[in-house]
Amino acid sequence: MDFGFRISPSSAINLDNVDLTLFERLHEMEPDVYKCMACGSCSATCPASVYSGMSIRKVILCLQRGREKEAFRMMKNCMLCGKCTMVCPRGINTRHLILSISKLYSETK
Amino acid sequence: MIYQGKQKIWSEYQKEIPDDRWFYVRSCIRQNFFPGSERMFMEICRNVLGKDFYETEHHTTCGGIAYHCDTIPQETVMTIVARQFALMTEAGYENYVASCITSFGNYAEILETWREFPELEAKIRELLWKACRREFNKPKYLAHASDLIYKYRNEIASRAKYRLVNKETGEPLKVVEHIGCHYSKMFPSKGVGGAEYPYVLCGMVEAWGGNVIDYPERRHCCGYGFRQYHVKANRGYSLSNTYKKFESMEPYHPDMIITNCPGCPYFLDRWQYVIAESEGKTYGQNGYGIPVFTYEEVAGLVLGYDPWDLGLQLHQVAVEPLLDKIGVEYNPEDKYKGLNKKDIMRPGLPDVLKCC
Repeated sequence: MDFGFRISPSSAINLDNVDLTLFERLHEMEPDVYKCMACGSCSATCPASVYSGMSIRKVILCLQRGREKEAFRMMKNCMLCGKCTMVCPRGINTRHLILSISKLYSETK
Repeated sequence: MIYQGKQKIWSEYQKEIPDDRWFYVRSCIRQNFFPGSERMFMEICRNVLGKDFYETEHHTTCGGIAYHCDTIPQETVMTIVARQFALMTEAGYENYVASCITSFGNYAEILETWREFPELEAKIRELLWKACRREFNKPKYLAHASDLIYKYRNEIASRAKYRLVNKETGEPLKVVEHIGCHYSKMFPSKGVGGAEYPYVLCGMVEAWGGNVIDYPERRHCCGYGFRQYHVKANRGYSLSNTYKKFESMEPYHPDMIITNCPGCPYFLDRWQYVIAESEGKTYGQNGYGIPVFTYEEVAGLVLGYDPWDLGLQLHQVAVEPLLDKIGVEYNPEDKYKGLNKKDIMRPGLPDVLKCC
């Protein structure tokens, strides 16, 4: 029966079903990835963020949740300007991190 | 663990509830949704327990729905509420008990706002005087009607004809308790047990013989949320919230749900029909749903009132499987007979959700 509205698909993520092998490899290459405290300074300063929704904070979160496609969609918009690296309060080399993510995840595609 | 420290923290979530002399205000919507509930509250408090509960026909809406839908400003709501307090003052009462969870949250919010901004209270007093020449005292104690049934739970248990126990197996019934969001999520110290451990319904269930079940989405909203349901474009969001709750409680096989809010029992009850008809899924046994009750209805049931006098025929999910489980006596022929045995007509039956 059509009521004119319906149940929205659940956005719940079951972490038991997420394969984090690649993320663990990324962690070996870039130990700093666990330093991120999701403060959002990188997103706030990103010149691509306003127009494209790019956010390295969200990219890290997506990879931890097994949502690689979503992360890659955002990453395509990065211009590698390096502003995020300059503002990161934890001193993470985010520019290098983005390059490592691109390399690792595109290798295994 | 430092025991004294825990005791101190827990004491902040205990609530002083006077035993007698209450000014009772009804809900706007409960009399349509669950018409027997408020009548049963007054019946239990006045006639069974012999307490002094007063209500007046001059009481109006508290304005809570319009306030939470962002259609009227808070000053308007405050003036409406000030008028209700004036009615209480004129009747000579100091303890104020609301039937509706949103009203309760609304009163708590307004009293707290006046405590922090006394100049606003002075302004509202002036507005009320200009509008209807009334003056008011603030209530000494504010309670929700479920606080009162919680307080009287052992007295009710001592008079109970039935217990929340499966008469075949002797096992306590598995009960889901659902607290309305505006009961203690806004002002945790105003509810029994606070926001994290609300005990108001658990206390009733345990006193009447049932077993409360814990499940992951226990404290999730029922899905009503004024702006979710009232705007049709958002209604799927309301339904999705309810669906999430049912999916979470399903593995625990609850026998019934008890709630203390006007919207929660309505949506937990009616959305089961929508989920069944649109998704083909039912949550009770043998194609039935999980029956949803207000706390007054459950109190009435354990005290031995006729289920059809409690208005249980107006529930979407059939209650008969649960009545049979407890062993409540009822006449199926009387289900659709109203006052003086007048025929109130039978509703159409759903295709998927099994109803008696």
